[in-house]
Amino acid sequence: MSRFIPPLLGVVLALLALWYAAVVPMNVQETLTRAERAEIPVTPATAVERRDTGTWALVFGNLGALGESWSLDRPRLPAPHQVVAELYDSTVTEELTGRRGLVRSGSLSNRGLLYHAIVTLNATFVGFLIGTGLGIVLAIGIVHSRVMDMSVMPWAIVSQTIPIVALAPMIIVVLYSIGIQGLLPKAVISAYLSFFPVVVGMVKGLRSPDGMQMDLMRTYNAPTRDVLTKLRLPASVPYLFASLKIAIAASLVGAIVGELPVQKGGLGARMLAGSYYGQTAQIWAALLMAAGLAAVLVWAIGAVERRTLVRMGMSR
Amino acid sequence: MTLILAALALWAAGFALNVALANGPARDTRAAQIAVPLIFGATLLAMWELIVRGAEVPTVILPPPSDIAERFAGNTGLLWRDFTQTILKGALSGYVIGNVAAFLTALLVDRSDYLRRGLLPLGNFMAALPIVGTAPILVMWFGFGWQSKAAVVVLMVYFPMLVNTVAGLSETTAMQRDLMKTYAATWGQTLWTLRLPAALPFIFNGLKITSTLALVGAIVAEFFGSPTLGLGFRISTSIGQLDLAMVWSAIVVAALAGTGFYGLITLIEKRMTFWHASTRGR
Repeated sequence: MSRFIPPLLGVVLALLALWYAAVVPMNVQETLTRAERAEIPVTPATAVERRDTGTWALVFGNLGALGESWSLDRPRLPAPHQVVAELYDSTVTEELTGRRGLVRSGSLSNRGLLYHAIVTLNATFVGFLIGTGLGIVLAIGIVHSRVMDMSVMPWAIVSQTIPIVALAPMIIVVLYSIGIQGLLPKAVISAYLSFFPVVVGMVKGLRSPDGMQMDLMRTYNAPTRDVLTKLRLPASVPYLFASLKIAIAASLVGAIVGELPVQKGGLGARMLAGSYYGQTAQIWAALLMAAGLAAVLVWAIGAVERRTLVRMGMSR
Repeated sequence: MTLILAALALWAAGFALNVALANGPARDTRAAQIAVPLIFGATLLAMWELIVRGAEVPTVILPPPSDIAERFAGNTGLLWRDFTQTILKGALSGYVIGNVAAFLTALLVDRSDYLRRGLLPLGNFMAALPIVGTAPILVMWFGFGWQSKAAVVVLMVYFPMLVNTVAGLSETTAMQRDLMKTYAATWGQTLWTLRLPAALPFIFNGLKITSTLALVGAIVAEFFGSPTLGLGFRISTSIGQLDLAMVWSAIVVAALAGTGFYGLITLIEKRMTFWHASTRGR
């Protein structure tokens, strides 16, 4: 573990430095407009002239007037500390001192990022459970029935080349028009995205017992059901967990995309609102929150995986 | 009602035919392996048509396939322009840039152990992220044209490809590398004659995964702003007009493009990794 930390820290610090450096050219127009209003001399004196000047010429021509690059209200690229500040404001500050926050109203503020994260997380979990359940059932069917293997499997593969995320708005609107709204439509999309990795992984896992093991079951004269519960299912557990890690990340993406068309809370809705009102820091904060969620979810599955495999005697 | 009964009868007939084919004497022939999924798909389509007409489902909820086919045939020009905008300009250019960049980074990572240990955990983490979330930011930076879609696609394909290529480059055994060392082969020669060929299955796996990601990225990015054409634009505006047949036509275009693209890469893969166990087995 400690082998990884110094280089990882080095790479992350380098990325942060790059980010701070990139903020200057990205925001140079806005910074210079502010500098002009504050009556600091700027080389091309008017905004019209500056619009036609190259970015690098502006940066190096006005080295003295770039001080506000990292503290603009609506930057094109917010600096890292601005994103962190927005994250803090929309979680801790909002819940502690906001009018609708946890302290005053006793429930999570619907302006806070925590509330949106929980909305997204709910859809992710429901979709993940549905998708995983269906995936396992279908995989069992495919392993036991030649007809299903031959007819369903090719279509399951073809269906993955359809960008289902593109279908998301339509599924949401159609379900909305027949009265289904809220959590379920988003969960349907999450379920679809998490379903395929589970099917593929489980089929591979259920077929992983080798000829020797299957022969042993045959000498015991074990019925198909016992072969499934006592040999195939336990043997498929490592494959299942590998798939679950992919599936939970995919179902988070599904939930976020599902929130785009119906603006009723969630990180996706938050990103879209941020993009409508030019609140870049808000989009970045939502993105960071989504990143954190994805990392925690994948890590949690990994932790369950390690404990399960140790208990089953498959790893130490 | 009769139409629904007909649909059920059709399903039973198709299923019985498939059972007969899959368990019959010809089950391992190539023809049966193609026929069974085709029958399954055709049965599904026919049942969709019959049930939608039989149960009188409003076309704003689910149009029958014949309507979709009609709308598709009537708008080929429009759909072709959407296809060029989204797939050829947005997705394909982003796909090429992203994969080439990831490949070059992988070579760099391969030469430096520091970078490998620093960048790979980050790459694994980024590959799990909802990168689609960057779409609003990139549309804000690069404008509504295809450039912003290409940028979203680059970000989406970069990390999965990087992780796959790096894994592929470390696929050779110590014995093989030692042999190259006894030949006094340079890093470049080892790479070209031993490690790149060994990495090809992984590289192609990355190319396959990222091919669908590229389509998704380009289409979703159009939901955040696009010129008045493109598949994502067509889907979101047609939903607004409740013209579901048009939405499905756009989806058919995306599905055909996705399947074709994936198929093409699989074909190249089979030609280039003919020696690998996974292709040699069949």
